[in-house]
Amino acid sequence: MLFDAAFYDTATFIARQLAHGALVTLEITVLAEVLVLALSFTIALMRLSPWRVLRWVAGIYIEVLRGISALVLLFYLFFILPLFGISLSPMTTGVIGLGLTFSAYGAEIVRSALVNVSQGQRDALRALDFGPVTAFRRIIFPQALPFMLPPLGNQLVELLKTTSLVSLITLSDLTFSGSQLITTLGQQTLIWSIVLVCYFVMAWPLSWLVRRYEQHSTAWRRAQE
Amino acid sequence: MNLDYAFAWSIFPDLLRGLLVTMQVVILGFVLAVLLGLVLAIAQRSSLRLVSGACKAYLSFFRNTPLMVQLYVLFFALPSAGITLPAVSTGVIGLGLYYSAYIAEAYRGAIDGIPKGQWEAARALDFDTATTWQRIILPQALKPMLPVLGNYLIGMFKETPLLAVITIPELFQAAKQVAGMTYRYNEPYTLMALMFLMISVPTSLLFKYLEKRTHV
Repeated sequence: MLFDAAFYDTATFIARQLAHGALVTLEITVLAEVLVLALSFTIALMRLSPWRVLRWVAGIYIEVLRGISALVLLFYLFFILPLFGISLSPMTTGVIGLGLTFSAYGAEIVRSALVNVSQGQRDALRALDFGPVTAFRRIIFPQALPFMLPPLGNQLVELLKTTSLVSLITLSDLTFSGSQLITTLGQQTLIWSIVLVCYFVMAWPLSWLVRRYEQHSTAWRRAQE
Repeated sequence: MNLDYAFAWSIFPDLLRGLLVTMQVVILGFVLAVLLGLVLAIAQRSSLRLVSGACKAYLSFFRNTPLMVQLYVLFFALPSAGITLPAVSTGVIGLGLYYSAYIAEAYRGAIDGIPKGQWEAARALDFDTATTWQRIILPQALKPMLPVLGNYLIGMFKETPLLAVITIPELFQAAKQVAGMTYRYNEPYTLMALMFLMISVPTSLLFKYLEKRTHV
């Protein structure tokens, strides 16, 4: 009974649909992450800039975007912007919406990592007369990187999970494929459980990598005890 | 296209009712998450392999899957297991289970931060396990937890629009309904976004203030 033809057909149908959805999910995740990284660095540097106006703008950006939920922002972009004459494709809307939301958190991660580089290093840069760009590229950034990688990695996992929201603005991602399968096949509990496992399979290796890296980069602290 | 203030004012009570449901779900879910998170954090340190392993599996699973899909599974699986709950309770359970996994990690960090000497002293003074936790470890671990919990509370509040997918009449659902009935999307969604900001920004500032005060 396990291997009769109808069962086999259904299983391949489900697998094909979900695989297609999973690819869209990954695509959105990667595109949004690129936007997140670019915006995070821009906003973090603005927050640390010597000009008060830039600091203010960045501060407002972070507070507002952290205050609005990702889903609300997505709906706002998808349903309201067309009324102002700007219409974006669902894909662009999803990437921009998620990118904006997560960049507000990412900016705080980047900022705190940059601030973490010790004052002695900054004094030395001053003393050695480095230009700001060289200083950032060669001294500050390489030292801040180990601080920001684990939280940014965790954030990437969050982003991957949050992409399930784009199914509500008609993008055919993994969650959307799941709901479509349910309209054709029924079996809600089974299909949603399979979708859940699919997300787990995609997200878990990432979390594992982050944990490994964290253990590796903080090993010296445990050795000291 | 401009905002129609009279229309916005007329839909205000509908949205406010949604906001109340949202707050109710968030507060109940938060209480559940805080309690369950504490249990998970303590059980994770259990010397029984089975218990600590089960906790780790729970944390890993809930942290690596999207809340929305978890809600779908709960919404459909509970009735088929013979448990019929109103949608609001399903939402509270879903939010509580999901956030308990995150809050448990935060507790774990706080508990790990207690110096070893405290454990050893408790041991030397012959406190039993329950007393050690109750009187020595938890009081010290919970104090710095306040701002962390505040962040999670705000996070939960912002996840509530998801509850609309399992038919809970919260703020987002209310806005969607108004928009669907009147074909005017601008006012309901703008008003909803403002309501979210009105709650989350002051809460965030409050917890920032509390954090600053405890760090002085």
